[in-house]
Amino acid sequence: MFEIKEQPAVFDVVIIGSGAGGGMAAYQLAKAGAKVALLEAGGYFDPADPKYITQLKWPWESPRRGAGNHRPFGDFDAAWGGWELDGEPYTRKSGTQFDWFRSRMLGGRTNHWGRISLRFGPKDFKRKSIDGLGDDWPIGYDDVKPYYDQVDKLIGVFGTVENLDNEPDGIFLPPPKPRLHELFLQKAGKKANIPVIPSRLSILTKPINDQRGVCFYCSQCSRSCQAYADFSSSSVLVIPAVKTGNVTLINNAMAREVLTDPNTGLATGVSYVDREKLTEHTIKGKVVVLAASAGESARLLLNSKSERHPNGLANSSGVVGRYLHDSTGASRGAFLPHLMDRKRYNEDGVGGMHVYTPWWLDNKKLDFPRGYHIEYGGGMGMPGYGFGSGIEGMNGKYATSAGVMKPAGGYGASLKEDYRRFYGAYIGMAGRGEAVPSYDNYAEIDPTVVDKYGIPVLRFHYKWTDYEIKQAKHMHETFEEIIHSLGGVASGTKPGADTNYGIAAPGRIIHEVGTVRMGDDPKTSALNKYSQAHDAKNVFVVDGGSFVSQADKNPTWTILALSWRASDYIIDQTKKKNI
Amino acid sequence: MKRRDSLKALTLSSLGLAGMNPQVAMAEQRELDSPPETPIKIPGGRQKEEAIRDARLMKEKFFTVSELATVKVLCDIIIPKDAKSGSASEAGVPAFIEFIAKDMPQNQVPLRGGLKWLDIESNKRFKKIFTLCSKEQQLQIVDDIAYPEKAKPMYSQGVAFFNLMRNLTASGFYTTRIGIDDIGYVGNTPNVWEGPPADVIKQYEKYIS
Repeated sequence: MFEIKEQPAVFDVVIIGSGAGGGMAAYQLAKAGAKVALLEAGGYFDPADPKYITQLKWPWESPRRGAGNHRPFGDFDAAWGGWELDGEPYTRKSGTQFDWFRSRMLGGRTNHWGRISLRFGPKDFKRKSIDGLGDDWPIGYDDVKPYYDQVDKLIGVFGTVENLDNEPDGIFLPPPKPRLHELFLQKAGKKANIPVIPSRLSILTKPINDQRGVCFYCSQCSRSCQAYADFSSSSVLVIPAVKTGNVTLINNAMAREVLTDPNTGLATGVSYVDREKLTEHTIKGKVVVLAASAGESARLLLNSKSERHPNGLANSSGVVGRYLHDSTGASRGAFLPHLMDRKRYNEDGVGGMHVYTPWWLDNKKLDFPRGYHIEYGGGMGMPGYGFGSGIEGMNGKYATSAGVMKPAGGYGASLKEDYRRFYGAYIGMAGRGEAVPSYDNYAEIDPTVVDKYGIPVLRFHYKWTDYEIKQAKHMHETFEEIIHSLGGVASGTKPGADTNYGIAAPGRIIHEVGTVRMGDDPKTSALNKYSQAHDAKNVFVVDGGSFVSQADKNPTWTILALSWRASDYIIDQTKKKNI
Repeated sequence: MKRRDSLKALTLSSLGLAGMNPQVAMAEQRELDSPPETPIKIPGGRQKEEAIRDARLMKEKFFTVSELATVKVLCDIIIPKDAKSGSASEAGVPAFIEFIAKDMPQNQVPLRGGLKWLDIESNKRFKKIFTLCSKEQQLQIVDDIAYPEKAKPMYSQGVAFFNLMRNLTASGFYTTRIGIDDIGYVGNTPNVWEGPPADVIKQYEKYIS
C-alpha cells in the first residue's frame, strides 16, 4: 500500500534545509511569531550532546587515527556526508568535473566550516560595472550592510578595523594574538608588500550572551563546539529557534518537490520522503523557503514541474541551475628551517588561522579578472594519521642542531630525533579566489538517473576558463614570494601549465553558489532582490543559490545577511497581505 | 557565559540544553524508533554505520601470526625504546597497522608482498626467515633498504616497502599517548591563548620585527 502522510496543519512557513540560510530564516521567522516547519534531510545534531561530540577527543579514539578515508576531513570532522553519499549519486557531463560536498545533519555544512566570516565589499556587488564580465547584483553593499551589522552582533565575529578598500570592517570582537609562524608571516608580508592582517572568524573571544560559551582555544571548530563558541547553524540558530516553541523540526526529511496550486501557480507546501523509514509525506505552508544548498535548491526547483511551471518552479527564465560557480583554490606548503627543534608550548589557538591576506592588487595591472585571499596554516598541531609521513624526503637535507648531516630515511633512535626536530616547522598557504560566473557552467536534471528515493539527480557541467587558471598561476607566484620572504623552502614543485597551475577541481572549495540567481529582470534571473521567486511570490531561496557572483571572500556571512533580509521581507509582505 | 563557566560545563556531560524541548525530544525519538539490530556500542561522535563498519573491521584478520610477528620486529627497529619514550610495539603500532591494512586495502599487497620480500631476502642471506635471524642479521638487511638515497638499485622494492613501514609506524606511534608525549604536543585541552611565550618571541626576534 502506498500512503502519503499529510500534516494536518498549515504552517506559516516551510523551510527546507537547516544550514546557514535555513537556520537564519527559521530563527528570524520563529522569533517574529510565525509557525515554522523546518525540514532537514539529515539527522539531529547538537554539538553539546556527548552522543555527537568529537571535540577534545584524542587521535587514538579513532582506530584510523582520524584519517580521511571515510569522512573526507577525517573521523573527527563534524560533517556527516562527504563528496559521495550512498544511494544519492550525482553525475557529470561531457567529461567535465564538479565535486559536490553534502552534509546530511542539522546545521549542514556550518558544523565543520572554516568560520571565515568576510563581508562582501561594495565592488563585489558591481563587478560587471567594473570589468564588464558577469553581472551586477540588483543590490549593493549599502542594502546589505545593516544586515551584516546585525549578523555580527547576533552571531559574533572577531577581527580588526583596517579601513581597507573593498574589505568592509564589521563590529568585531577582539582577535586572538598571532601564533609564532603568523608573526613571521606578518613580517614577511611587510617585506613583500602583501597585507597580512588579523583574520575574521565567527568564534567568540568574549561572551555575547547567556546561551553560548567563549572560546577555550582547542583549535577544533571543524568538530563543532560543545560550548557553542563558534558559529554552527545547529547550536547558534536552529536550537534557539526551536526553543521559541514556534518551530516544528522534522529531521530525515528529504524534500522531493515544492507543491504548487494549479490555478495560482503559488507554492502550497512540500512533499518529502523520510530518509530512514522511506515513508512519504506532504506538509503545507503559506510560504516555502528553500535553503537546501545552491545545488539541492536548484535540483528541487527543477524537479517541481507542473503545467504552470513546465521548466520547474521559478524557472521561466531557464536560469535555474545556470551560473553555478565555486571559489578558485590553489595551495602550497613550505618548511621553515629556523623552526627546527623549537620550544614546545600549547599553540592550538582558535580553529583556523589568526591572520590572513585579503585581496590587495589592482586587476588593471594583471592578466586576469577578480582577486583572491590567502589562508594560512601551520604550527605544533595535534598529530593525526599521516604524521611524520615522508620524513625520508626531509631528514637527509638539513643538518641537525649539532651540524651533523644524516643520510635520508633511516630508523631507530636517530630517526626519533628527526621527527622531534621537524615537528611544527611547516606552514601551508591556500588561495581562495573569485571565478567569473558563466551560463555554461551549470547543474541540470540528469535525464536518466534517480537516487534511491526515486528523485532525479543533478548532472553537472563545469569548466574553468583562462580567467581562473591565470588566477591560480598568480596565487602560486605569490606563495613563492611569501615563502622566499619567510626564509622558507617550498615543498614539492610549483605546478605548471600542464596541471592548470594546480587549480582545485570545481566544487572542491565547497563555496558553490549562483544557481538560482537574483536580478531585476525576470527573463535573466530567478529571484528578485529580496530572494523572492519572480514566478511565485511565496517562494524564496535563502542559500548561496541566490548569489549573482561569489566574491573573493567566503559565502557564509553573506548567506546569513541575505537570509535575514529575506526573512524581514517575508514578515513585512505578510503583514501587508501581499503574500 | 563566562569562560570559567564554559570550562566547567565541559567537565559535565553536556550543556544540558538538549533534550529539554519537546521538538528535540521528538527528533531524537525517531532514532530510538528504529528496530534493534545486532547490539552495537556506538562511541560518542560516531554515526551508527561508522560504528558498524569499524566493529566489522576489528573482527576481521589480515596478517598471519608470522606476518604480524615480522611487523612487530620491524616497527621496533624503526621506533625503538630510547631515553625519552617507549617503542612502537609498546604503543600498539602492530595492531594499528593491522587495522589500516583492512581499512585502506590499497596497502594490503604492498605490505604482504613486502613482508614476503623480506623473508626471501633473509632466506637468501641466512637460510632463515627474518624473525628468526639475529639482531645483527636483521639490521644488515634493514641497512640495505632504510636509506633511499644510498640503497643499491637491486634493493629498490625493499626500499619502497621500508618507506611504507616507516610512515605507517610513525602514524601509529605519534598518535598514541606515548608518541604525543614524546613529540611534545601539549594542546587539546581548554586554555587561554595569549600569544607565544616571551622567551620564544625573544629567540625569534629577527623573524618577527
